[in-house]
Formats: sequence, structure tokens, C-alpha cells
Amino acid sequence: MTNGSPSRRAPFLATYAASVFAFIYLPVVVLVVYSFNRDGVGGFPPRHLTLAWYRQLFADAAIWEAVLNSLLVAAASVVLALTLGVLAALALDRASFPGKALFRRLVLLPLILPGIITGLSLLMFAVLVRLPLSLLTVFLGHATALISVATTELFAGLQKMDRAQEEASLDLGATPWQTFWRITIPNLKLSLIAAGLLIFTLSMDEIAVTFFLIGRDNTLPLQIWGLLRSGITPEINAISTLIFGLSVALIIIWYRLRTRGLGAEPQKLRERP
Amino acid sequence: MYSSAYKTIVALPPLLWVGLFLLLPYALMFAHSFWLVRDGYLLHQWNLQNYHKLLTSPLYVDVLLRTMRIAGSVTLLSLLLGYPLAYYLSFHAYARKEILYQLVIVPLWVSYLVRGYAWKTILGSEGVLNGFLQYLHLTHEPLGFLLYSPFAVVVMLTHIYTPFVFLPIYAALEHIPRSLIEASQDLGASQRATFLRVILPLSMPGLLAGATFAFVLSLGDFLAPLLVGGPSGTMIANIVQSLFGAAYDWPLGAAVSVGILLITVTLLLFTERLEKRWSFK
Repeated sequence: MTNGSPSRRAPFLATYAASVFAFIYLPVVVLVVYSFNRDGVGGFPPRHLTLAWYRQLFADAAIWEAVLNSLLVAAASVVLALTLGVLAALALDRASFPGKALFRRLVLLPLILPGIITGLSLLMFAVLVRLPLSLLTVFLGHATALISVATTELFAGLQKMDRAQEEASLDLGATPWQTFWRITIPNLKLSLIAAGLLIFTLSMDEIAVTFFLIGRDNTLPLQIWGLLRSGITPEINAISTLIFGLSVALIIIWYRLRTRGLGAEPQKLRERP
Repeated sequence: MYSSAYKTIVALPPLLWVGLFLLLPYALMFAHSFWLVRDGYLLHQWNLQNYHKLLTSPLYVDVLLRTMRIAGSVTLLSLLLGYPLAYYLSFHAYARKEILYQLVIVPLWVSYLVRGYAWKTILGSEGVLNGFLQYLHLTHEPLGFLLYSPFAVVVMLTHIYTPFVFLPIYAALEHIPRSLIEASQDLGASQRATFLRVILPLSMPGLLAGATFAFVLSLGDFLAPLLVGGPSGTMIANIVQSLFGAAYDWPLGAAVSVGILLITVTLLLFTERLEKRWSFK
């Protein structure tokens, strides 16, 4: 009964925690293992290891086109959502204007509401202004929905920032423009990186909003959705395994960078539900 | 210290953008719910017919109730899995805490769609689980009820939201001052009493946040039922989807959406108040 913990050993709890982990990891393990299974997905045990599904994947031009589309939409969404997010965070932090409380809640709505509502609302808007559905409408949807993420992250960053530096800069004769680029933005660097990464990942994986705004060119999740509709294919296991491996590599790099002295900021990124 | 020009320049672009691409579309959804469709044409006639249909048709009421049941089960199961896990990590994992925490986070990077697909390959009648059961000679024929049922939807959504429920609970547990727990034990409270009267109340805001998140997001999900739910697993958002698609009744679909929105917002406001009551200051 020391170290402030209720008790030292808890074998039952440990077993329970292990089984929760097993539940969480079961689909991931199945996904990866069966991507190498010659006889496709299903049956037990998997046997006859093969790379055939990966070969098929690399030969599938449609998938890679979808990957490119997704990267394009995600990159553009990061740029736009961060730009508007910085401005929105500054406005919420420093300006008072009519409808500020409404604005604060409105920006956050896409995070809270089911994607189908945001997606369909934007679809109605596109129909109203006669905007044909294409990657542009998808981008519009992603960027607008993800301003919420940028704003919360950057607002938190601003709240922690030391205003004295900005005051000093302005007092010493720098223009607001110079102060913004030389003081405000560098101080927000970590929040910008964290928000950017989060927006990028969320956009790459977005499906509920995209579903209603997609035109002829598919994003990766929509392309996978199409494959799924026509039946189960281990190609999906293969691409998912690749994406998963890439994400894990990115996480490891991110933590390396962080421990090397970028600061302990990513805590907040991780704690967001 | 900031000039009014500065304030205008920072506030104007996001206000305009959000007004045009968020407020207007949501308002459009709201307006549609009071219009109607006749002979395939949208009539801008203000009326309450859609809401009347919604509340009196047994189909919509049934599906809504089923959706609530599914979302409720998902929330409960995620709590049953997520809370003990968070508790274990916070109080019993010691040096392994950080690595175990990362292990909970990592699967979040596997796409939502792909995890649904993975469950499909596990639960299907030719799937991995049935193969496994037959391999062990526990069953001789594939069990058909695993996939395309509300059960499958609950399993898939529980799998997706357990880490999300875990996160705020874990954060809340980590913020409990360990001295409070020591005090409780020094004063002779049993482990059970310490948990029920110190730890649980102090982790309540995290628990509520996680539970609300799981419930609200399950409530509006339409992809899990499409992937693994089958006809018996249809949820309310699927009704919206079909009204906007094949059935072509946007006004009625909009009314159902507004209904989902109202439930969501009411629930959020309610738990926001509860969280305030429980928060420790």
C-alpha cells in the first residue's frame, strides 16, 4: 500500500486488461496475417504465405490514383484549415465581435455531429449554388469540417503563449504583420505541427462526409469502399497493412523528434478523443 | 494592444468562411425539413408534415429505438472494456505505462473502414472465427448469426470507440492526486470504498465525456450497418441516407437529420451540466 497506488498486484485486473488488448488488436492482426495468405481472407489457420496480393495491389492503377487524390485533398485541407484556424483562434483569443459565442460553437459542430449531417448539408449547398461534385467539393467539406480541429489546437497554443513577447515586438516598432510572422507563428510552431498532422490523418481517413460529396474521382477510403461492395479481396488487407506500417513508422519518428527536445506538447494531441 | 484593424483582419475570413460553408448548409438542412416533395419536385411550402410523419410512422420510431439500443450497448460495452483498462494502466502498469498507452493509441491509425472490413472477414460465415471454431471442432457448421446482425454492428462500433472511451477516463485517473488515495487508505477505507468514494467520483467527468462521445457517434453512424449490419441492423442514419438517395425525399430526410441533431445536442448539453457538477475544484 505504498506509492499511492491502491494495491501492488492485481492478477485479475491484469488478465482483464490483457483480454481488452486482445480484442483491440484482433482485427489488426487478422488484417496483417491474411494479407499474406494465398487462399484469401477467411478460414483457419492461414497457410501458404504469398506476396501475390501485394503484387496485385501494386498493379492496381485505380488504387494508386485514389491514393494520390487523397493526398492532394489532405494536403490542401491542411493548408486551408490551418490558415483559417490560426485566424479563428486569434479572433477568439483577442477580438470581441457580435456572435462570438455562436461562432465558437458553430466551428466545433462538425466534430460533434454525425458526419452524415455535415455531408448532406454541404451536398444541399453544392446543389443550391450548382457546384458539380468533384474533388473540389470533397476538399471544401474536409477543410471546413477540420477548421474545428485547427481552431481548438491553436487556441490552446495561444492561451499558453507569453503575450509579453508580442508586446515587446510592437513596442519596439515592429509592424503587426512582422510581429505575426516573427513572434506569433514561431511560438505556435508545435500546435501547428500537431494540428497539421491530425488534420492530415483525419482527412486521409474521412468517409462519412466524403460519401456525399464525391464526384467521379475517388479518394482512397471511397475506392476501398467500392472494392468492398464488390466482395472481399485480400488487396484491401495488403493496402491496409501498408498504411498501418507507414502510420506506425510516422508515430515512432514523431516521438523521436519530440524526445529530442521539441517539447512535451504532443500530450494534447494524444488526449483528444 | 491589438488595433481594431488587426481584429477585423483576423476575424473576418473565418467568420465569412464558416458562415458560407457551415452555417448556410446547416440552415439549408433545417429549412428543407419544413418543405415537401410532390411528384419528384421540391416544393418550398412551409409545413410540419415531415415531422408528423416522423413521429407517427412505426417504421421510423422502431428504427430510432433500435438505434438507441445499439448506441446504448456500444456505450456500455466500451465503458466495461475501457474503464478497467484505464484503471489498470493508471494504477498498476508502473514502468510499462507509457508503452501500453501507445499500444492503445496505435490501432486508432487503422482506418475506420478497414477495421469494419476486418470484422467482416472475422465474423463472416466463411470467416476467420468460423474457420477457427471448426478447426477446434467446437462447431461443425458455420454460425450464420455472427455477421449481418445488430450484434455485428455492436461489436464493430465497440471496437472502434473503446480507445476513445479509454482516453478521457485515463486522463481523469491520471489527474487524481495520489495523496487523496493514500489519505483514504490511511484512514482505514477498504480498497472497494476507496474506489467507490474517491476514484470513481473523481473520474466521472472523463467517464461522462467518453460515454457521450461513444453514444453520439454511434447514434449517427451509417457505415457500420452498411458494412456488417444487414437488413436487421439498419440504423436511423441509413434511413436518412436512403431518403436522400433512392427514395428521393430530401425534406423527410432533412427532418430525420434534424431529429438526430436534436437528440445529439440535448445529450451534449445534459452531460456538459453533469460534468460540471462532478468536476473537482
